[in-house]
Amino acid sequence: MAEGPHLAVVGAGPAGLAAALAAAARGVRVTLVDSAAEAGGQFYRQPAAALGARRPQALHHQWRTWERLRDGLTAHVARGRITHLSDHHVWFVEGQSDGFTVHALRGPEQEQSVAVRADAVLLATGGYEKVLPFPGWTLPGVVTAGGAQAMLKGGLVLPGRTAVVAGTGPLLMPVAVGLAAAGAGVAALVESAGARDFAGHARTLAAHPAKLAEGARYAAELARHRVRIKAHHTVVAAHGSNRVEAVTVAALDGDGRVWPGTERRIACDTLAVGHGMLPHTDLAEALGCRLDGPGVAVDDEQRTDVPGVWAAGETTGIGGAVLSLAEGRIAGLSIAARLNSRTPEAGSYEAAVKARTGLREFFAVLDTVYAPPAHWTEQVADDTVVCRCEEVPASAIREAAGELGAGDVRTVKLLTRAGMGWCQGRMCGPAVAGLAGCEFQPSRRPFARPVPLGVLAGTDFDRHHTDSTDSTDSTEEGSS
Amino acid sequence: MSDKEPGPELELALLSGRLWGELAGEPGIAAAVEYDLKGGLVVASSAEGLVALEGLADGQRAVGVEAVAVGAGQLHDIEPKLAKGLAGGVLYPQDAQVMPTLAAAHVVRLARAAGASLRTGCAVTEVLRTGAGAVRGVRTSEGEIHAPAVVNAAGTWGGELAALAGTSLPVLPRRGFVLVTEPLPPRTVRHKVYAADYVADVASDSAALQTSPVVEGTAAGPVLIGASRERVGFDRSFSLPVARALAAGATRLFPFLEGVRAMRGYLGFRPYMPDHLPAIGPDARVPGLFHACGHEGAGIGLATGTGHLIAQVLTGKTSDPDLDLDLDLSPFRPDRFPEEGL
Ligand SMILES: Cc1cc2nc3c(=O)[nH]c(=O)nc-3n(C[C@H](O)[C@H](O)[C@H](O)COP(=O)(O)OP(=O)(O)OC[C@H]3O[C@@H](n4cnc5c(N)ncnc54)[C@H](O)[C@@H]3O)c2cc1C
Ligand SMILES: Cc1cc2nc3c(=O)[nH]c(=O)nc-3n(C[C@H](O)[C@H](O)[C@H](O)COP(=O)(O)OP(=O)(O)OC[C@H]3O[C@@H](n4cnc5c(N)ncnc54)[C@H](O)[C@@H]3O)c2cc1C
Repeated sequence: MAEGPHLAVVGAGPAGLAAALAAAARGVRVTLVDSAAEAGGQFYRQPAAALGARRPQALHHQWRTWERLRDGLTAHVARGRITHLSDHHVWFVEGQSDGFTVHALRGPEQEQSVAVRADAVLLATGGYEKVLPFPGWTLPGVVTAGGAQAMLKGGLVLPGRTAVVAGTGPLLMPVAVGLAAAGAGVAALVESAGARDFAGHARTLAAHPAKLAEGARYAAELARHRVRIKAHHTVVAAHGSNRVEAVTVAALDGDGRVWPGTERRIACDTLAVGHGMLPHTDLAEALGCRLDGPGVAVDDEQRTDVPGVWAAGETTGIGGAVLSLAEGRIAGLSIAARLNSRTPEAGSYEAAVKARTGLREFFAVLDTVYAPPAHWTEQVADDTVVCRCEEVPASAIREAAGELGAGDVRTVKLLTRAGMGWCQGRMCGPAVAGLAGCEFQPSRRPFARPVPLGVLAGTDFDRHHTDSTDSTDSTEEGSS
Repeated sequence: MSDKEPGPELELALLSGRLWGELAGEPGIAAAVEYDLKGGLVVASSAEGLVALEGLADGQRAVGVEAVAVGAGQLHDIEPKLAKGLAGGVLYPQDAQVMPTLAAAHVVRLARAAGASLRTGCAVTEVLRTGAGAVRGVRTSEGEIHAPAVVNAAGTWGGELAALAGTSLPVLPRRGFVLVTEPLPPRTVRHKVYAADYVADVASDSAALQTSPVVEGTAAGPVLIGASRERVGFDRSFSLPVARALAAGATRLFPFLEGVRAMRGYLGFRPYMPDHLPAIGPDARVPGLFHACGHEGAGIGLATGTGHLIAQVLTGKTSDPDLDLDLDLSPFRPDRFPEEGL
């Protein structure tokens, strides 16, 4: 299979799909690798049912986009231009003198290793949800915003259930709408940002009427379902013995502190919380790519500072599905040109660049507006578990930063084991930093997924080639 | 203890081991720092390897190290999950383990309780000296601190600190990777277990990559897998070939590890000295400057003895009859190296 250069795309969300289609249409052989069973990523993974019978215009529009991407993928796969490796968990991308090897684990236990060779790599691994702790947050029934989405998909949210959606960020509204549309009662949407937070940014926001209209449509949907929006409020605690039975919600004062006396109990059996998203940067960091804040740093063409490695979508910064699509398209066009030693024609992606500029500006504003309450740590009790994997309570983190003198997140982690468990601090990283009073830094994780030592050692490889690996020139781990 | 040939470093190790034991005897400390006198087990895969290992053990016994020969048939009684077919080994009951970050934090806590103060986020940018050249303190990113004595305990950066004081110390970074597995049940791996060729790697002067397996469990459950050694400056990029070599070495010693997952890996820079001995004691070239650095891959183990000796020197004590300690610091003299053009 000597024809054409070969691109490996990690992540089949909006960014990865848009890039794969753009590159494949221009003669690049693409292998699309994703841990999920189906293409679509975070956004398009959501079931049609969640969109409700009366789909809001904005969602409907995005559904059309998804259908176009999905049909494009099917067509390219049929023609052999794109190989889609689903259920493949990439644990490492290795840079070599003559290209790259993408190492993935597959199989029910993720113990078979597959290696995909490529001339270039696009990292489109998206982001993960940020959740801050509060008393009761580990009770069954408390889920992340994305977890609520998954419940919808599994049909687990039955009409008659009562949910509260809380935290901060632009995802809360679509999640609340999705829950309500699926028949759950949504007792309240609790958002810590308030109208005042938006006031200073009126001009930037007004420059994005489509985005504002999207928000207005969600708000209208919420009103139709009689969902109360409690802005500038926060969840103080979740209560229940075996499962969440109620939450206490309180108003915030001008400094972002809980306003004493405003606490109110709301009965519910589900609490969906989210405090925004953070980019997945593990694979990029292990490759040596520079980060810019929490995301992977890229240039105008979505190239990282490591030659041959591009990054697009939320791995470079959180900005929603439409921005991911634009960045993916730019990356795909750039890769197709660069792999054929050409400079991409600026005209070919002018529209995408324009969309990217505007959306990045818009989301930069949202990022400052949607922030957790400034003094959220005051609500965290000493016995509140902060790291769920290692069961580390807030008191241990406070002690490490106080009596034991830890001055940075890494030391706190080493002293308390917070962030050393199965999720490797993806869940508790920002919380630990906040409680210790240190700056949050994405921790370095050389392996994006836990990898069996037998696979690393090269003694435990799957000898029979699979169809998918055969058709992509890949070699089995350790077969050399 | 186990990886050291007879000589000054082994004597420092024996002293340090005793002091760690005393420290661990203080109320609450052993549990807080995860002190575990678990013993080290060195195994040989071949008959020749075993002969060399036993020769080393003989020399170590002569200077007071406990070393127990373990025949091939007994290996699995003391370390059940070891690979089959090994030639034999030597058990070193005095080898202990601590969790280094916790140990450092608790030692600092005890020091503060005794009157010391800790300033974090505070970088020394200059060593202040009198007109005559004697040390009179340090300038830091947070202001000056005045003192007639300055101890250079800057580890791998000890050479840079020496340079700030107008002198030199040839400390170089020797990079090492460690793989950390998912948690395993207690005592799955009972000792610090390593292959006999590790001893040769530790003593090597080569800059090229060496890996020989070292496998040890931890109080929290994860198993640590080392050890690679290479001199590549302060290069922080993760190397998959090194990780593969570590995994291959560990699974050769413990085949059951093939199905155990590596959760993460970390890398660090050991403070390497050309003759593998730390610099401990006063610097004859700069009055008031003391060094306590350059312990390479043994700086945790040797920390207690080093601190003790530096304290003795600073307080003017020359011997300690209780400890029956040979205070001959001359092998560790900081100015033992030929002067590099300053
Ligand atoms: C609950 C929820 C509601 C949302 N609602 C909206 C909305 O209404 N409007 C809107 O614009 N946006 C919404 N978003 C955001 C939207 O989902 C994201 O902006 C978009 O999906 C980002 O696209 P992406 O391609 O960058 O990454 P993703 O869609 O996150 O895709 C990344 C893909 O990479 C894969 N991956 C990651 N790491 C690995 C690995 N190591 N190995 C293999 N595969 C890997 C993942 O499985 C995933 O499929 C919502 C998000 C959530 C969670
Ligand atoms: C992979 C690996 C495995 C190891 N395994 C073991 C083992 O099993 N057993 C063992 O005993 N040892 C082991 N070591 C070695 C051990 O970690 C070191 O020898 C030890 O940390 C050295 O301690 P130190 O106090 O001298 O220096 P460090 O621990 O390096 O501390 C030096 C301190 O000085 C500070 N500093 C430097 N410059 C300045 C400045 N200008 N101003 C202010 N502060 C400054 C630094 O921030 C740092 O905190 C291992 C090392 C590695 C890398």
